[in-house]
Amino acid sequence: MGSRYEKDQVVKIINSVIEKVGKSGDVSKDVIYGELAQLRGIIEDLKANIGMVAPADITGKHIPTATDELDAVVSATADATGQIMDACEAIENEAGAIGGEKADAITAHVTRIYEACSFQDITGQRIKKVVSALHAIDTKVGAIMNIMGDDGAASGTQSAEDDQGERFVLPEEKGLLNGPQMPASAITQADIDKLLEDFD
Amino acid sequence: MSVNKNMNVLIVDDYVTMLRIIKNLLKQLGFNNVDEATDGGMALEKIKAKQYGLVISDWNMEPMTGLQLLKEIRASNDTFANVPFIMVTAESKTENVIAAKQAGVNNYIVKPFNAETLKTKMSSVLGEF
Repeated sequence: MGSRYEKDQVVKIINSVIEKVGKSGDVSKDVIYGELAQLRGIIEDLKANIGMVAPADITGKHIPTATDELDAVVSATADATGQIMDACEAIENEAGAIGGEKADAITAHVTRIYEACSFQDITGQRIKKVVSALHAIDTKVGAIMNIMGDDGAASGTQSAEDDQGERFVLPEEKGLLNGPQMPASAITQADIDKLLEDFD
Repeated sequence: MSVNKNMNVLIVDDYVTMLRIIKNLLKQLGFNNVDEATDGGMALEKIKAKQYGLVISDWNMEPMTGLQLLKEIRASNDTFANVPFIMVTAESKTENVIAAKQAGVNNYIVKPFNAETLKTKMSSVLGEF
C-alpha cells in the first residue's frame, strides 16, 4: 500500500486554503495552488491505493464466488442429509419388522442420527448470516467505487436490505430474527425453561 | 386425562430436513397424523381448514414468521385460537423467549434439540403420554 496520511490532513489543508482565500490579497496565489496541489496528490494516491485493492474484483468476482460456494455447501449438505434420512427411515422400517428389544435398540440409535441431522438446519442458518454479511460488504465496496467514479464496476450491487426481498417483518419483531447464536451468547434450554417458569 | 395420539399435529419449518426429523420423532412417539407447512402463511391456511391438536413451529421463516403465525392464531376469534403452540427455533436470546411467551406460546424448544426434550415439552403442554 502507498503512503499513509494523518486522518485529518485533508481537512487541515482545506481549512488552510479557505483561511488564505478569505484574507486580503496578501497571500500569494502560488501558496494556495501549492496547497491545492498537495490536496490533489493525496486524493490521487488514495484513488490509486483503492484501485490496488481491485474493488471491482471484490464485487464482481470474489463475493459472487464466495456466495455461490456457500450456496453449494447448503445444497450438498441438504442432499446428503436427505440421503441419511432416507437410510434411517429404511432402517426403522426394517427394525419394525424384526420387533422386540433389538428393534428398540436400533430405533434408539436411529433417533440419535435424526437428532444429529438437525445440524443441516443450524449450519444452513449460519451460512445464510455469512451470505448476508458478504452482501453488506459488497454494498459498501460498491458505494466506495461509486464515489471513486467507477460507475460501471459498481453497478449491479445490491444492498443487504434489498436482499431481504419482500419480507414483511413486524416492527416489534425487528432485532429478534438473529438465527443461531454463538455458544457464548446463546441461552440454554434450561435457561429458557426457567424463564418460562417465571412467567407462570 | 390421556393424550389422544390420533390428534392432528401441524409442524412448520422452512427446512425440509427439520420437518422430516420432527415428523419421524413424532412417529416414534406414536403421533402419526402429522401435516407439514414451510412458512407461517401456509400453516395458517391449514389451521383454518383443519382442526389441529398441536402446532410445532419454527420462528425464522419467510414470508410469515412463526411469531407472526402465533399472533394470528391467538388474535383469531375462531376455534383454533387456543391451539397448543410449541416454538422450536434456533433463536436463543432471552428477548425472543419473552416475545414468544407474551404472544401466547405454550412452550419453547431451542435447536438443536433431542427427542427427549421434544417429548418432555409436548407432555408439559398436552399432558403425560
